Amino acid sequence: MAEFWSIYLLPGIIILAQILAIVVPLLLAVAMLTYFERKIMAAMQLRMGPNVVGPFGLLQAFADGAKLFFKETVLPTSANKIVFLIAPMLTFCLSLVAWAVIPFDDGMVVSDINVGILYLFAISSLGVYGIVMAGWASNSKYPFLSALRSAAQMVSYEVSIGFVIITVLLCVGSLNVSDVVRAQAEGVWFFIPLFPMFIIFFISALAETNRHPFDLPEAEAELVAGYQVEYSSMTFALFFLGEYANMILMSGLTAILFLGGWLPPFDIAPFNWIPGPIWFFLKISVLLFVFVWVRATLPRYRYDQLMRLGWKVFLPFSLFWVALTAGVLVAFDLVPQT
Amino acid sequence: MDDLLKEYLPILMFFAVAVGLSIVIVVASMVVVPSHPDAEKLSAYECGFEAFDDARGRFDVRFYLVAILFIVFDLEVAFLFPWAVSLGKIGMLGFWSMMVFLGILTIGFIYEWKKGALEWE
Repeated sequence: MAEFWSIYLLPGIIILAQILAIVVPLLLAVAMLTYFERKIMAAMQLRMGPNVVGPFGLLQAFADGAKLFFKETVLPTSANKIVFLIAPMLTFCLSLVAWAVIPFDDGMVVSDINVGILYLFAISSLGVYGIVMAGWASNSKYPFLSALRSAAQMVSYEVSIGFVIITVLLCVGSLNVSDVVRAQAEGVWFFIPLFPMFIIFFISALAETNRHPFDLPEAEAELVAGYQVEYSSMTFALFFLGEYANMILMSGLTAILFLGGWLPPFDIAPFNWIPGPIWFFLKISVLLFVFVWVRATLPRYRYDQLMRLGWKVFLPFSLFWVALTAGVLVAFDLVPQT
Repeated sequence: MDDLLKEYLPILMFFAVAVGLSIVIVVASMVVVPSHPDAEKLSAYECGFEAFDDARGRFDVRFYLVAILFIVFDLEVAFLFPWAVSLGKIGMLGFWSMMVFLGILTIGFIYEWKKGALEWE
């Protein structure tokens, strides 16, 4: 009995505690992100933003959540009900499970698998299923069109994201997520040598998360709200939570691949007193601010412009940069030996 | 086996927690909130018009084309992953083999560009 306790139960409880220690702050962060976004948008448009619920409107997100919770879940008669209900759950689950391999500090990670980057790439590719399932199962015209557009958009930008990740891997020589950050501790952060890749990755992240200026799947003016039209109550809330959690995830991934994850900018006295998770949090916050800034500033792309940018600009350029990076590393004998 | 389990068990548990959480959220809301369905509320949304047709009709063939092109390039990325990680071990032969492979793919890419497979108007 004691053996059972020490071998299975105790590690199980520790892992469960670690998982909850990520999921609960993550959901709180999503709630705060919606508040943060509305406040910044308001400030950029010379408005007040939410300021009634709680001090400075800080509890606005929770009020919205409670209101959504007490709304009726509508299941349209023409919809395919099982798939209709699974789609938002899938989106939500995928946006959570990716965090299993994200390191918050050296060794501070739930699962330190040796194919972490591949796992992240796989999980973020699966995200398109949630949207396609929602659009198809709704059996309504706007969601269907939105799902088609969204699927084509996400797969187009995923290709360039793949090439960008390859250039980083060439400089690291390992698929472990923590190793990517450790490789930046020895040299410079990768956004300096791979600056164009950093820009392409961030823009592709905007397209992957269906954010402005690439929010065609949700374009209010033509598709009302895209694949979410038929959803209500908590099924809608799960899509919303999933999308915002994905935004935080993509910011985290950008911070890990290019901005040195948990590392301080300079490894000298005042900077390395601050613990790693706080640096990681600050980098994610700055990137999320850029997400919101882009939304407040730029007009929406047309669909043909979007596809042209993905296939005719990003794809050839990132492919060229993969060859260039590999060539430079081999020519100057800089390939990491692992 | 044991090490593999130790590494991947947390991911499995993470999946279980995420699935459980999403089911609890949806079911709890459905149980708590009274449901008053009627024909109008449950019909597909079409800006106030009666929904007159099944939505799963024909759509543009270019979406298929994008999907096919995606498969080609995503497979290429899948080939590049192990190559990028082991470039230090496979040396010049490995480097040049991949460059030839990328070159052939680039020729294919130029061909599809010239054929107009990437045009949207």
